[in-house]
Amino acid sequence: MPVTIIRRLLQSLLVLFVMSLLVFAGVYAIGNPVDILVSPQADQAEIARATAALGLDRPLAAQYWVFLRQAAAGDLGRSFAFNVPAIQLILERMPATLELAIAAMLIAVVLGIPLGLWAGLAPDSIAGRTIMTGSILGFSLPTFWVGLMLIMVFSVWLGWLPSSGRGPTLELLGVPVSFLSREGLAHLLLPAANLALFKLALVIRLTRAGTREALLQDYVRYARAKGLSETRVVGVHVLKNILIPVVTVVGLEFGSLIAFAVVTESVFSWPGMGKLLIESINMLDRPVIVAYLCIVVTLFTVINLAVDLAYSLLDPRVRLSDAAT
Amino acid sequence: MTREQAPLHPFRRIASDFAESRIALAGLALLGLIMAVALLAPLISPQNPYDLAQLDILDSRLPPLAQSDGGKTYWLGTDDQGRDMLSGIFYGLRISVAVGVASTLAALAIGLGFGLLAAYFGGWVDTLVMRIVDIQLSFPSILIALILLALLGQGLDKIIVALVAVQWAYYARTVRGAALVERRKEYMEAAAGLALSHARIVFRHLLPNCLPPLIVVATVQVAAAIALEATLSFLGLGLPITEPSLGLLIANGYTYMLSGKYWISFYPGVALLATIVSINLVADQLRDVLNPRLQK
Repeated sequence: MPVTIIRRLLQSLLVLFVMSLLVFAGVYAIGNPVDILVSPQADQAEIARATAALGLDRPLAAQYWVFLRQAAAGDLGRSFAFNVPAIQLILERMPATLELAIAAMLIAVVLGIPLGLWAGLAPDSIAGRTIMTGSILGFSLPTFWVGLMLIMVFSVWLGWLPSSGRGPTLELLGVPVSFLSREGLAHLLLPAANLALFKLALVIRLTRAGTREALLQDYVRYARAKGLSETRVVGVHVLKNILIPVVTVVGLEFGSLIAFAVVTESVFSWPGMGKLLIESINMLDRPVIVAYLCIVVTLFTVINLAVDLAYSLLDPRVRLSDAAT
Repeated sequence: MTREQAPLHPFRRIASDFAESRIALAGLALLGLIMAVALLAPLISPQNPYDLAQLDILDSRLPPLAQSDGGKTYWLGTDDQGRDMLSGIFYGLRISVAVGVASTLAALAIGLGFGLLAAYFGGWVDTLVMRIVDIQLSFPSILIALILLALLGQGLDKIIVALVAVQWAYYARTVRGAALVERRKEYMEAAAGLALSHARIVFRHLLPNCLPPLIVVATVQVAAAIALEATLSFLGLGLPITEPSLGLLIANGYTYMLSGKYWISFYPGVALLATIVSINLVADQLRDVLNPRLQK
């Protein structure tokens, strides 16, 4: 077990190292930042001075070392566009993205598990088939286009829900959130539903497959033979056993919700990290791009590591297969 | 299966098994139609949407079925430049499909190479390649594509590079899995016993037997690549405005949707959806037909 942990830790460190190399190569080594920073009328001496001041005359390895040291200290440069530390800009936008991702996950689970159960209990009924067709659509529909259609139907035609922004935010433990006010909730609903769609389809499929498998098991047959009510058989015996894989996958997929929030945030002008990334790419605001990539990749590496470790602690079979390879 | 029992050529068997599902056949027909439209777009489009001489700015943002002054009908309406949406969609489909297929083929070649290498030689080559694959697949595809496009910039070549980088790992993993199973079979031992060269064993014996699962993954991946390209183009990170794929057409209509002009975004989206769904339907049936465990 300690070997697994050490190996996974080393692997995570390697990922972060490779990512830092990529970011360094892409942002610092390709193209010359001096061209952007110095005025076009500058002469050779001025350019040389600026280059020296930025440390760009030193060998690449030395520059990379400086970049790493500053990054480790949380200094990823100042945003060209806003002239504040890039990392601060990202962290300010993070609560909005997290709120959106959590809301989407809640929708996917709260709707997905009952629908999946229904489809699993009655796979050949009209309802069961409709749910499964819907989940295939959920996989095939391009997220951004669904977002546009949601805006068209609910904002433009029906006028029920706002189409953009976060609405008024209230402070919860010092973090601004939307869901506490009625208006904020109305702003949250469409983007969260849009982001949830893909995960909803996934949860439905997982729950349905798990239900169908569980119904064939001996313990369900015995529970029925004991004369338990159908509600109890499904609610306790089936549901409890299918929740394990569903919860695991939901945990794993949370990171990808943050990545896919880029699309939903752009469609609904939701002021999160993803929208900031797209704006920064369009404005060539390199420090912000670097900060986003560093934070999100680190976040991902930590989530993956935590899930892997928790899994190998909880499920002995994972450890066995790991020892075999 | 012995030879007496199976006189059918494998392709005929696959074709007849495939035809058993009506919905898969419908998907195949739709896919055929889409491919034909994409290939023949310049011949069948009512106008060339990128020939400025054919556009009339007075016809801009007309609703579907509107008539132009010249008596032409715009079946799906026009966009902000007076472009016929139907023609725009035909051309957009052509670009989307081309990018999807090209990137899939390139990724297939790369993934196939690394996957076969890993399975055939094993040892540290295998460990190295599969670790990279594992790590890459633990990140969502859109994040990888975003990182690459943020670093590389925009353009047709760059988006293909990004799509290839996203996809290759799926093929490497699939082909390695298939090749590891095949490698233990007797015909491989026979080939090795005949002292055939590595290249001949890999390409003439191992590769053809690994193809069925690869075909399924490649089909699904074409749909995924088309969807990802559309998403990236919608975000303004994909194709330049001179090569308008379906994603760009949809992005273009975004501004006008809030004033109720739905058709500029709606119809390109329907075309995109039809493409993805038809490919997925075909892939689903192919998976069943090519799976040896399900064969009768």
